[in-house]
Amino acid sequence: MSTRYEVGDTVRVRQAYPAGHCRTPYYCRGKSGVVVRYCGDYRNPEYLAYGTYDGPEEPLYRIQFKQTALWPNYSGGPQDKVEVEIYEHWLVPENS
Amino acid sequence: MSSDHNHDHGMYDADPLHHHPPQPDLEDTPLTHHQIMQIAVGELLIEKDIITADELRAQIDFQDSITPARGAQLVARAWSDDGFKARLVADSKAAGAEVGMDIGPVPILVMENTPSVHNLIVCTLCSCYPRFLLGIPPDWYKSRSYRRRAISEPRSVLAEFGTDLSDSVEIKVHDSTADMRYMVLPMRPTGTEGMSEEALAGLVTRDCMVGVTVPEGSGGA
Repeated sequence: MSTRYEVGDTVRVRQAYPAGHCRTPYYCRGKSGVVVRYCGDYRNPEYLAYGTYDGPEEPLYRIQFKQTALWPNYSGGPQDKVEVEIYEHWLVPENS
Repeated sequence: MSSDHNHDHGMYDADPLHHHPPQPDLEDTPLTHHQIMQIAVGELLIEKDIITADELRAQIDFQDSITPARGAQLVARAWSDDGFKARLVADSKAAGAEVGMDIGPVPILVMENTPSVHNLIVCTLCSCYPRFLLGIPPDWYKSRSYRRRAISEPRSVLAEFGTDLSDSVEIKVHDSTADMRYMVLPMRPTGTEGMSEEALAGLVTRDCMVGVTVPEGSGGA
């Protein structure tokens, strides 16, 4: 599958709260980060969790966030980072 | 004898009817929902001939047999061979195969500590862990406290594990949210020149491959 984003792209995680199972932590929703790795294509856990095992595969990325962008009272410096695996449908280009 | 238990249990007990409750047997504690489900699914899989009881037992034995020694073996080799280290970081599956180790079906990304970057592993959503290299995760790794605090205040968590890092070191927390697993490749401690791979592996603990500590003897960062 072709990927919409490349390493180095700045993206934002959708600020969405759908019902049901998903693997996108709340703390990074609505936050901007940078694509640091494309992990390959994997089946969407939002379908897998409910027994759809043959759904389409989707690109999975590792997105890096600055800690200071995630937590208002972060005690460390601006160099500290968090990296999270996010599926493509949870991402939008930063300027959109 | 404590103050609330001021009697002897000699051979000739003055009060033979005085009994302490026995230790509860396993069956005296009710099964949880998930224990019942686990037993039921196991029985169904066997009943429907999808797996045999022997295969199930063998898989449990295999899982139980994995210890952090597997991860330590890879770390010690990486410390001894820069080429292997580069291959381990690039593709741990292939690097494992080089030394005859199957690291399992789930990709494990090896995160290398350097003098300027310290890596820490967590799964905030549940308890994903590089089981094929480190075995069963410790209870604290699965606790809500660790999952919540490792991601939002890693420096405090590290300090509580006795790991004090300079403010200038970048801390990178890897949240194992989906299809990848992670293992930290710690820095080789100073003063270990000339040690054999086997001896080096002895310095590599589970905790330093999760990233909450650094190997003993390390100059640190």
